[in-house]
Amino acid sequence: MSTRKLSLKDKYRILTRDLEWEYSYRDYREIFKQEAFEGIKITDWSKWEDPFRLTMDAYWKYQAEKEKKLYAIFDAFAQNNGQQNVTDARYVNAIKLFLTGVSPLEYQAYNGFAHVGRQFGGVGARVACQMQSLDELRHVQTQIHAMSHYNKFFDGFQDFTHMHDRVWYLSVPKSFFDDARSAGPFEFMVAIGFSFEYVLTNLLFVPFMSGAAYNGDMATVTFGFSAQSDEARHMTLGLEIIKFLLEQHPDNVPVVQRWINKWLWRGTRVLTLVAMMMDYMLPNKVMSWKESFEVYFEEAASALFKDLARYGIEMPRYAETAILEKEHVSHQAWSIFYNYTHAAAFHTWMPDDKEMDWLSEKYPDTFDKYYRARFEHWRELERAGERYYNPTLPMLCQTCQIPMGFTEMDNPTLTAYRQSVYQGERYNFCSDGCKDIFDHEPEKYVQAWLPVHQIFQGNCGGPDIEDVLGDYYRINLGVDNMDFHGSPDEARWNAWHNLQPAEDKLKQAS
Amino acid sequence: MAVAAITPDYTGERLDRMENFNGNQVVYLGWDHHLMFCAPVAFAVQPDTLFSKVLDELIPGAFSQHPEFDRVDWGAVQWHLNGEAFTPQADVALIDQGVDHKSILRFNTPGLDGIAGTGS
Ligand SMILES: [Fe+2]
Ligand SMILES: [Fe+2]
Ligand SMILES: [Zn+2]
Repeated sequence: MSTRKLSLKDKYRILTRDLEWEYSYRDYREIFKQEAFEGIKITDWSKWEDPFRLTMDAYWKYQAEKEKKLYAIFDAFAQNNGQQNVTDARYVNAIKLFLTGVSPLEYQAYNGFAHVGRQFGGVGARVACQMQSLDELRHVQTQIHAMSHYNKFFDGFQDFTHMHDRVWYLSVPKSFFDDARSAGPFEFMVAIGFSFEYVLTNLLFVPFMSGAAYNGDMATVTFGFSAQSDEARHMTLGLEIIKFLLEQHPDNVPVVQRWINKWLWRGTRVLTLVAMMMDYMLPNKVMSWKESFEVYFEEAASALFKDLARYGIEMPRYAETAILEKEHVSHQAWSIFYNYTHAAAFHTWMPDDKEMDWLSEKYPDTFDKYYRARFEHWRELERAGERYYNPTLPMLCQTCQIPMGFTEMDNPTLTAYRQSVYQGERYNFCSDGCKDIFDHEPEKYVQAWLPVHQIFQGNCGGPDIEDVLGDYYRINLGVDNMDFHGSPDEARWNAWHNLQPAEDKLKQAS
Repeated sequence: MAVAAITPDYTGERLDRMENFNGNQVVYLGWDHHLMFCAPVAFAVQPDTLFSKVLDELIPGAFSQHPEFDRVDWGAVQWHLNGEAFTPQADVALIDQGVDHKSILRFNTPGLDGIAGTGS
């Protein structure tokens, strides 16, 4: 037997493309049942260019090395009581949002890529999806491990998977991925592989990972570094799928364009959560949401879509609205969470004077004009011992499931309302983007599990809202929820650092 | 085609059809240019609820914490029902004046522009 070592190229061919075989006794359409129903036409899978050339053995070896380093840093972080060295305890709420809202999406991505990795007739696409699937599984695991240390010292982390499936604001990211995973395999790839991983990924990961770096959270930063090379691969896969679909058949162009319109709108809506995290939850700011939107969306996307114009692809339909909204969404989202903090598993608070000034400086056209007075009013109420909590339940958008806190960009203090009547029933939306998505596939979105309506139907326990929050959502009431000021998190932090709560200082001074 | 699906003529379950609300219907209320209330609010009420209950209970319950609330001149308020101008009748049931399941009622209070005139 020859023991000749294979060249890298041969090895790659044997371990990927050579895994394919001829289907001699079953019909191709029967094996790849989901390849045609979306209206995508594939004429020749052999034109698929593998976006990266990595074999399984190299993959395991490389990832194992990264993991060894990563876990060494997690250990060091724990041994050195790294939780005490973050900027201040408010920061940890950004991580709570990440663990409950984003990490479960990594798991959804793992499921989604494993599924589509079975559905494509082309072996190159199948192998690439399989690799990404493994990456995503690794991401969810390492994120949980990175953040588990915080669970020992801060509230709100304990039931993150349970909460992801039930809590009202977590239905936003959850339903986003449910939408993608219940679509056909090509739409999933345009939704997650291209729109999310290629176009929007920097708007999600840079804010969280730089946010961690600026706020002394070594565990999360290190996770970010260890995922970086994976993300580079995911981006090349996202770009390959788009180019491949567009080159295969001209009939694919309008289908792909519609998916791009839809998923970039869905994506920017989900990123509203990141926007408020950046502008409000980081004690040490990285940059404003507006600035990061300009760099990572406006500049990057305009170059990308210029490049895709040769296939007949245009800028995504709702990009103009999204660009105008960069001035508003973080403030609107923080207002939503401030209103309903009693129903959330993390804390909110009003910005202090210095932070208000930073917001005025970063949002010279909108913050003082529309938001500052509202926040100052809330701060006064809080000082008077009457911190404002909204006593009702909010109206939600049927598509993105976010409370209807967005406004008309030509009249920024007027709530944007859109409505469709489908088969005699009214459906309400936050935007043209969300309405158009519904109107195109109403039979999908009539099924939306809207948390507020579910509560009204009696499906989330009760009878009181407290029962829903405590028993059904499993929020530890008075502990995980409510304002940061007065929270057990704050009290513990102050005890570690011998700090006095702001109120006591005021009392002593007077 | 109302959805791209592997199953021909796929239809989805209407999760929010009125029968699911135990005799109630959902109504949304929004106060224009008063974004201290971050979003319009949702209520589950019986369709034969009189509009006076909206005025006397639901609206104060949702919006009375606003510093301008006591200054609202209810005779001058402009109403919209699902985007159309609307004149509510206090002693008529919601359903009998077109406020049906998942309807949006908006009101605008001329002269009151929110906290410090900022629409908040
Ligand atoms: Fe990932
Ligand atoms: Fe990724
Ligand atoms: Zn929406």
